[in-house]
Amino acid sequence: MIMNNLGYPVLSTLIFLPVIGALLIGLMNRKHEGLIKVSALVLSLLTFAASLPIFFNFDKLTPKMQFVEWYSWIPAFNIDYLIGVDGISVLFVLLSTLVTILCVLISWNSVKIKVKEFFMALLLIEGAMIGVFCSLDFFLFYVFWEAMLIPMYLLIGVWGGPNRLYASIKFFLYTLVGSVLMLVGIVYLYLYAGRDFNILHLANLKYPLGMQLLLFWAFFAAFAVKVPMFPVHTWLPDAHTEAPTAGSVILAAVLIKMGAYGFLRFSIPMFPDAARAMTVPMMVLSVIAIIYGAVVCLAQTDIKRLIAYSSVSHMGFVTLGIFALNTQGIEGGILQMLNHGVVTGALFLSIGIIYDRTHTRQIADYGGVASVLPVYAGLFMLFTLASIGLPGTNGFIGEFLIILGGFTANRAAGVFAATGIIIGAAYMLWLYQRVFFLNVNPKVEGLHDINMRELLAVAPMAVLVFWIGLYPNAFLSFMHPSVQSLLDKVRPASANFSTLADFLRAVFA
Amino acid sequence: MDADTLRALLPLIIISATPVAVMLVLAFYRSHALTVFLVLAGLALSFASLFPASGLLPRMAAGLLVLDHYSFFFMGLMFAATFAVALLSYGYLGRKDIFPDEYYILLLIAAAGSAVIVSSSHFASFFLGLELLSVPLYALISYPRANPRNVEAGIKYLILAGTSSAFLLFGMALVYAELGTMEFPRISTAALFPGTDRNFVLAGVAMIITGIGFKLALVPFHMWTPDVYEGAPAPVAAFVATVSKGAMFALLLRYFTIFDIRRYGSLMLLFTVISIASMFAGNLLALFQNNVKRLLAYSSIAHLGYLLVAFLASGVLAAAAVAFYLAAYFVSTLGAFGVISVLSGKERDADMIDDYMGLAWRSPWLAGIFAAMLLSLAGIPLTAGFIGKFFIAAAGVDSSLWALVIILVINSAIGLFYYLRVIAALYSRRPGALAASPKLPVLGGITLGALSVALLWLGVYPATMLEIIRNTISRFF
Repeated sequence: MIMNNLGYPVLSTLIFLPVIGALLIGLMNRKHEGLIKVSALVLSLLTFAASLPIFFNFDKLTPKMQFVEWYSWIPAFNIDYLIGVDGISVLFVLLSTLVTILCVLISWNSVKIKVKEFFMALLLIEGAMIGVFCSLDFFLFYVFWEAMLIPMYLLIGVWGGPNRLYASIKFFLYTLVGSVLMLVGIVYLYLYAGRDFNILHLANLKYPLGMQLLLFWAFFAAFAVKVPMFPVHTWLPDAHTEAPTAGSVILAAVLIKMGAYGFLRFSIPMFPDAARAMTVPMMVLSVIAIIYGAVVCLAQTDIKRLIAYSSVSHMGFVTLGIFALNTQGIEGGILQMLNHGVVTGALFLSIGIIYDRTHTRQIADYGGVASVLPVYAGLFMLFTLASIGLPGTNGFIGEFLIILGGFTANRAAGVFAATGIIIGAAYMLWLYQRVFFLNVNPKVEGLHDINMRELLAVAPMAVLVFWIGLYPNAFLSFMHPSVQSLLDKVRPASANFSTLADFLRAVFA
Repeated sequence: MDADTLRALLPLIIISATPVAVMLVLAFYRSHALTVFLVLAGLALSFASLFPASGLLPRMAAGLLVLDHYSFFFMGLMFAATFAVALLSYGYLGRKDIFPDEYYILLLIAAAGSAVIVSSSHFASFFLGLELLSVPLYALISYPRANPRNVEAGIKYLILAGTSSAFLLFGMALVYAELGTMEFPRISTAALFPGTDRNFVLAGVAMIITGIGFKLALVPFHMWTPDVYEGAPAPVAAFVATVSKGAMFALLLRYFTIFDIRRYGSLMLLFTVISIASMFAGNLLALFQNNVKRLLAYSSIAHLGYLLVAFLASGVLAAAAVAFYLAAYFVSTLGAFGVISVLSGKERDADMIDDYMGLAWRSPWLAGIFAAMLLSLAGIPLTAGFIGKFFIAAAGVDSSLWALVIILVINSAIGLFYYLRVIAALYSRRPGALAASPKLPVLGGITLGALSVALLWLGVYPATMLEIIRNTISRFF
C-alpha cells in the first residue's frame, strides 16, 4: 500500500535503486573499470535525483509519517515492510544520497584494487543506510541496521590502511554487541505489545517505568556504541583512521548519526519516563565526550585520528542537545547531526584529497601546504571554521542551539559544553597552522592543486555550510512539528519556550 | 497393519529399498554417475512420497513408529539434507582414488536411520534407528581409508558412539525395569504413578540423556566433535553435523514436550547448565582454531546450545523455532561444508584458514557463498540464520528465560569474531595456499547455488517456510 501523493514508491526506489545497481555492477567485467566507475556515479546521481521529490514535496506542517509504504512481509510474525519519513529522518535520507555521490567522486582514482567490489560495497551501504532511516517496522529496521555492517566491514577491511584488519573487526564487534542487546529489547517489546513490530504503535503504548528503564539501557547499548558516546567510542578512531576516504566520509557523515537518530526515534518517544529519569547521566556522558574528545585531539599526530576524536566531541554536543529534552536542544541536536555530517564529511574528503598526493596522514609530514595548494587551503579553512562553529557557518547554529538547550536544562552542562567549543577552536586552528602554514615541508613541494573532480566532490558541502549557516530555517522548518510531537510525548505539560530561542528563530527565519 | 498405514510408511519403505536397489545394480554394473543418479532418484522419490502420504496422518505403525506431520517434516528435512550431501560427495569422491559406490549405500542407510529416529515412539525403534544411523557413519568417516587421519577419526567415533549406545541401553533398561513399558508416550504417564521409584527412573533418564548428549555433542560430551569433523571427509562431516544431530534433536524435542519438561525442575536445571556450557565452550574454543573444520565443529556445539534455549522455552512457538532454526542451520552448515568439499583436492581437504586467503579475488562467487553461509551461522540479517536466531530469542523471551537469552546474545557476539576471521581471510589481499583458481565442479556448483538461494529465501522471505512449519510442527501441539 503506497500512501503518498507522488504516485510511486519513492522511498523504496531510494533503497533498492543502489542495491540493484550494485548487483548490476557485480555482473560487469572487472576489466572495464571506467564503465564500472561511470555506472556507480550515474547510479548515485540517479538516486540523489530520485530523493529530490522528497525534499520538495515534504509537508512541513505535520508530524505524521510521509511517503509511507506498507506491505505485509512475514505475516506469521506480523512483520511488515513499513517505511516512511518524518521531520527527524527526512534530512538524513537526503544527506545519505548526497554523500554517496561525493564518495564515488573522491574514490575515482584513489581506489586502485578491486574497483568493482569497492563501488558495489559503496552502493550497498547507501541502500542500507536509507533503509535504516526509513524503517518504521522494528524488524525491518534491525535488518537494515545490521545489513549495513557487512559492506562497511568489507570497506574498511579490504580497502583500508595497514592496520585495517584490527580496525574492521573492532568496528564490527563493537556495533554488533550493542545491537544484539537491542535485539533482545526489541523482542521483548514485540511480545509485550502483543506481537507488534510497528514503531508507531509501539511509541503510543505506555510502559511501566521499570520496564522502560531496562529497555532504555538495552537500546542505549546499541545507540551509544554507534554515536559513539564515551566510554564506548574507542572503535571510532581506529575505524576512521584505517578506513579508505569514502569509508571515513560515510562513517562520519551518516553512519554515526544512526545512533543519535535511534535515541530520537526509539529511546525517547517509547521510553519517555526513562529518558527523563536518565537525563543527568546522559548529559554527564555527553559532556565528558565533548571535553575528553577535544582534549585528546590536542595530542594527536595523525590528521584522520584527530578528526575522528573531534567527531567524538561533536557527537557529544548532539547527545547533549537531545537529552536536554527541549525544543532548542533537540532541534539543535538534529541540525548538529546534519552539520557534523557535512563538515566532518567534508574534512575527511579534503584529507583524502591531500592523502592521494602524499600518502601520509602524519601532521609532521605536512607544513606550508597553503602556499603550494592555495585553493585547497581555502576550502579546508572554510571547513575548519565551520567545525569550530564560526558565526555564518552551519556549525554555529547547531552548537548555539544545543548550548542554549543544554543551559536551559542544566546550567552546568551548558557551561562545560561551551568549554568544549574553546578547546575545539584550539585544536582545529593548531592543526590548520601545522599543516598549512609554517615552512613548506619537502614532502608537499610541487604538488598540484585540487582538480575539477575533487572540487566537485567538496563543493556541495561548502554550499551546505553557508546554506545552513545563513538560512537555517530552510532545514529547521522540516523538524518543527516532528520535534514538537516528540516533546509532547516526553513532557505532557505544555512546553514553555525560552524567549531567547524565539528571538533566535525570529532572527534567522 | 492396513493398506493406509503401509501407504503412510511409503517414504520409509522407499528410503530403505533404495540402498538395496543400488547394491543390486552395483553387483552388475559399476558407474559412479549411475550410482549417484539412483541415490538421488531414491531420495527424491522418498521426499516426494511424503506429500501423498501426508493425507493419511497421523497414525501409528506396529506400535513402534509414529507417523505424523511432525515426523514427516523432519523426514523431509533429512532427505533434503542427504540429497545435498550426496550431490557434494560426487565431485569430492571423484577427485579421490577410491571406489566411490559403496559410500552412497552407507549414506542412504544412515538417512534411513535418521528417518526412523524422528518417527520412533518406542525404545526399540529408537535404538534401531540410532544404530542404523551410527554404524554406517563409522565406515563413512573412515571411507578414504588410505588416509590415517580418516581411520583415526572413524575409530574415535566408533568408540564414543559405542559407549554412548551402552549408556543409552542401560538407561532404557532402568526405565523399563521400573515402569514396565518401552513406549515413549506411556513412559511419561507411567512415571507419574504413585509408588514408582523415582530414583530409578531419574537414573535411567540421566543415562539416556548422556547417550543423546554424545550424539548431539553437547558439553560435557563434546570432546569427539572436533577430531571427528577434522578427520572425516568434508561431505560426511556435513552429514554428521546436520542429519545425525538434527534427527536426535527432533526426537528429544518431541518427547520432552510430551513429557512436559517444565514440570521437572531438576531436568530443566540440567539442560540449562548444558545449554550455557555448550554455548560458551563451543564459541570460546572456536576462537583459537586455525582449521575451518574444527572451527565449524566447535561452532556446531554452540549452535546446539542455542537450540537448547528454544527447547527449554517449550511450547508451540519454541517448537516452531527449533524447526526453523534446524532448517536454517542445515542450509548454512551444508553450504559451509559444501564450499570446503568443492575446494578439497585429492590429497587433503581444504580445511586450514590459510587455504582461504584471498579466495574472493580468485572465485568471487564461491567466496561470497562461503561468507554468506558463515554470516548465517553468525546470525546476521538477510540470512536464514538471523531469522532462526530471532525466533529462538523470541521463544526464550516469551518464556521469560532472560538469563539464557542474554547469554545467547553474548555468545552470538563472541561467535561473530571467529566467523569474521574466516571472512577476513576470504577477502584478504594476500594470496593463500590455494594459489590456483579452483575449478568448480558442476554438481557442486549447482548444489551451492541452490543452498545460497535457500539461505536468502529463508532469510528474506521466511513466510513460506513458516507456513510449512505451521502446517506440520505446530499441528503436533
